Amino acid sequence: MDDQPLIELRDVTKVYSLKSGDVTALDNVSLSIQRGDFVAIMGPSGSGKSTLLNQLGCLDRPTSGDLLIAGRNTREMDDHELTGLRLNTIGYIFQKFNLIPLLSAYENVEYPYLMKHRQEDEYGHISRLLSRVGIDAALARHKPPELSGGQQQRVAIARALVNDPQILLCDEPTGNLDSVTGGQIMEMIRTLNEQGRTVLMVTHDPTVAACAKRRVIIKDGRIT
Amino acid sequence: MRGKDIIFRLALRSIRLHFLRSTLAVLGIVIGVVAIATMGMMGANMTLSVTEQLSDMGNVLVVTESREGGGGGMPGPGGAGGGSDDDDPIPEDQFKDIERIASKYGTVYALYSESDTIEVGDEERRATIYGLDQEVIPEILTLSSGAYPKSTSSVIIGPSLAGRLDLTLGSKIDIGDPDEGATTTVRVVGIIEERGMSMDLNTDSAIIGSEKLFTGIYGGEGEYRQVNIILDDIDEAGNVSDEIEEQLNKKEEQVSVQDSSRMLESITETLGTMTTFVMAIAGISLLVAAVSIFNVMMMSVTERIREIGILRSIGTQKGEVRKMFIYESAILGSLGAVIGAVASLTIGWVVVLAMVGSTEYFFAPASLMYVPFGMAIGFITCVLSGVYPAWSASNLDPIEALRAE
Repeated sequence: MDDQPLIELRDVTKVYSLKSGDVTALDNVSLSIQRGDFVAIMGPSGSGKSTLLNQLGCLDRPTSGDLLIAGRNTREMDDHELTGLRLNTIGYIFQKFNLIPLLSAYENVEYPYLMKHRQEDEYGHISRLLSRVGIDAALARHKPPELSGGQQQRVAIARALVNDPQILLCDEPTGNLDSVTGGQIMEMIRTLNEQGRTVLMVTHDPTVAACAKRRVIIKDGRIT
Repeated sequence: MRGKDIIFRLALRSIRLHFLRSTLAVLGIVIGVVAIATMGMMGANMTLSVTEQLSDMGNVLVVTESREGGGGGMPGPGGAGGGSDDDDPIPEDQFKDIERIASKYGTVYALYSESDTIEVGDEERRATIYGLDQEVIPEILTLSSGAYPKSTSSVIIGPSLAGRLDLTLGSKIDIGDPDEGATTTVRVVGIIEERGMSMDLNTDSAIIGSEKLFTGIYGGEGEYRQVNIILDDIDEAGNVSDEIEEQLNKKEEQVSVQDSSRMLESITETLGTMTTFVMAIAGISLLVAAVSIFNVMMMSVTERIREIGILRSIGTQKGEVRKMFIYESAILGSLGAVIGAVASLTIGWVVVLAMVGSTEYFFAPASLMYVPFGMAIGFITCVLSGVYPAWSASNLDPIEALRAE
């Protein structure tokens, strides 16, 4: 059981059919990621790293090849199961934070919790999580547009963690932040990895990639 | 309740955030509901009040000489189709036949009638004069004051006539045109209770005297204008009517029987058709409202593409996204329906008062049922117009949706 990789890609190809012709975003990519790993996926823009992350996040399906998460082939799952995987097993951290502007910081974190547990957080789990990422109760009442970029990304990390996922996917998590704030966020992600979470991070910043245990370079849809 | 259903909360928030747009959509539904409910209530009130007015005569059969017949050896004064009157009279022997057939079902009586000039003091008027069997009068007419006529010079009159000409018990009336010949003076001995419009006998503005009085003035004894049958049981109307027609019209069309219950039915039916038609027109306003809701929901989807993308990417099921938009239109629909119901009651009251003239039946179930009916139609319309936008929202590609600005 332990030797089985948490995430495994087998000859994954993704082709986008456009009017101007087919574009191969991923070309026979095979990759194994063990439990507790911290992988930085690097590459120039257009190289296919975002496409790869979208496959891993089950937001998209490969054109061919298999993606196995915790031993299960995603090809055999329907949309309902994939969505459940995103809710329970995968935490997503985006470059643009992607918080829901209508909801307060607290409610943004509460949302996936409610979706999973179908009841309110009676144990103060969400508040503790928010204070762990540096958002106090007063800040948590604010709506995302009233928060700074760094604060928003902290809220987004708390949201990604609220259902205690095994996998953390980060898409340029520091891309919209200044270097000091970016450093703090990276420190936080590294701590999370040290606590046992498997982290996959897309970045083109070598200093950020330096935090990772392993680096995967992708170019023209192929891992080099 | 709070937090129990975050999807519902998101829908509510979105409505609150786009308050003006949502208000306009609700207003559309309100107008639709009010239009349907008001028109329905108006129709129902109209039907109810007309039915009430007509139902008194529901148990009456009226037999008149058939227009096609009349000649054929019958001793008619005008001959076949030659009379200036609208109908030929019914001869005595036919009356006897009718009486024989129908007397076991109720009261059968024949009546004479004529429209003539009358004079009270110096005032000249026209009025209908009925001649009835003296013994039948107490059976079919109720007096509000005075007594039934006992002699050939005494009459009873309708309340409208009494009111218009200031007639009281003991007043004298001259019947007949003094320019054309002799007039007959009669004395009012009784005033009839108001009966309203009726097919058999319109007494409110009429003078009713004995048969002798009538034939004394106009002649034509045994030539009745019509024969009325007051049925004991309204359900017999069809049977009696069929029986009379079968026996008297065996060889040729001699009489025609008007069954007032059938007429009542057709009037009610006509009013019903009218109500449906008017409501269909009102439904157009609901259609407009539906388009507006559809537009609001589509805009809501377009504006929230990114939000939908986020919700999907962090693990919201398609069905839940769909639910969010359905909730939104359901909230708008319920708001519209409730406000519409309150408005319908107020506006409906005014419209019914203006169009029907009486709100007597406003709270009757047949009238009030149009309020929940309008509400239901409004709500359903609203939810239905949210279905496509909800469906398209849930089927957005999360990656595309996340890319949207």
